[in-house]
Amino acid sequence: MLTKRIIPCLDIKDGRTVKGINFENIRDAGDPVELGALYAAQGADELVFLDITATVEKRKTLSELVNKIAHQINIPFTVGGGISSVEDVSVLLQNGADKISINTSAFKNPQLIHDLAKQFGSQCVVLAIDTKKEADGEWYVYLNGGRTKTATKCIDWAKQAVELGAGEILLTSMNNDGTKQGFALDITQQLSETLAVPVIASGGGGTMEHFKDVFTQAKADAALAASIFHFKEIAIPDLKRYLQGQQIAVR
Amino acid sequence: MSLVIIKYNAGNIQSVLYALERIGMQAIVTDNVQQIQSANKVIFPGVGEASTAMAYLKERGLDAVIKNLQQPVLGICLGMQLMCTHSEENDTDCLGIFEERVKKFIDNSSGNGNKVPQIGWNNIYNLKTGLFKDIPENAYCYFVHGYYAALGQHTIAATDYIQPYSSALQKDNFYGVQFHPEKSATVGEQIIKNFIEL
Repeated sequence: MLTKRIIPCLDIKDGRTVKGINFENIRDAGDPVELGALYAAQGADELVFLDITATVEKRKTLSELVNKIAHQINIPFTVGGGISSVEDVSVLLQNGADKISINTSAFKNPQLIHDLAKQFGSQCVVLAIDTKKEADGEWYVYLNGGRTKTATKCIDWAKQAVELGAGEILLTSMNNDGTKQGFALDITQQLSETLAVPVIASGGGGTMEHFKDVFTQAKADAALAASIFHFKEIAIPDLKRYLQGQQIAVR
Repeated sequence: MSLVIIKYNAGNIQSVLYALERIGMQAIVTDNVQQIQSANKVIFPGVGEASTAMAYLKERGLDAVIKNLQQPVLGICLGMQLMCTHSEENDTDCLGIFEERVKKFIDNSSGNGNKVPQIGWNNIYNLKTGLFKDIPENAYCYFVHGYYAALGQHTIAATDYIQPYSSALQKDNFYGVQFHPEKSATVGEQIIKNFIEL
């Protein structure tokens, strides 16, 4: 039986893992390759590496890092952060990335999704969407790490992206992110039930029960979290044992 | 012991190379016919689209080379599908090593959450041959695919997704796995070791 996936996310700055709390107080959390390997050994199903470096040297450091990760990690991994061209993706895949994640660049240039899917296959194109529920009760797409609002509804953009060739959707609810109050079940469920591709839920996972809810109620295919794993609030083996006890198929 | 990974226009070759390095094996990535033919073991990887990959192999005469190899050959994912007779992916005639045919996953029952492609970890069972030595029944492997090989006489592992299908095939010296051993954690590493030791 196909299992639900647990995906730790590592934020990378200048080649190091960082732990940020509300974008303040960013602390060094060590070598991303070592941390990734540790999660893999603990039973993580995939890893996401998100590069938040903002320098011009970024492209080179990222491809070097991806190459190191690919040498040492024996599970699939996705790389994201500032990817905006077929050439960017080509370099990352050549260095051993399994998937890449795109966000703002794809929204501004939807053709990019089509071009990437055509050249490399949909299986490696993860579309990340940052979304926020507004006062009107609708979920809207936000860009630039959540700083820029758009008038596009999340569901409309997700549908269009899948038509263009996105192979998975990584959905982050800005309302829930960082709250540890649980994932956004309503929008996750809407996307999971509407789209023909897997949906990775992100933002708000704080307890093991939250993971159960996002898999059973919201029908997510995978759940992503960062700080609860980094701060050892939830250990992956414990989470998997709990989910198994709840009759949820996990590896 | 020489190990060759066939170089062609279908992804994930680096991943296979790195996985081999992790278990202490060096491999040569090449499309040189003599190097392929003289290797002790040949790996035929692949992520991509069937008709484009077949056209590329035919242009270079690699289709005939692969079919006539005498040493153990391991096809991975698209590599395994290309070793079958025919793929529904753009109605492609493949190498015809395995009689099994490759079909598109179609989920007729709505609302049960079977997305296509299948992406993630699934069990392999009814394991046969030395390729699965020391691998427990129902071990988990990582899959990414929208097309599948039906069950048949060459099935040496099965997996359930929408229906049971062949997650591994074997005929004579040819082996194929639908999952990605190079991405399937320690289970995958053991399967690669087993292939090397065949």
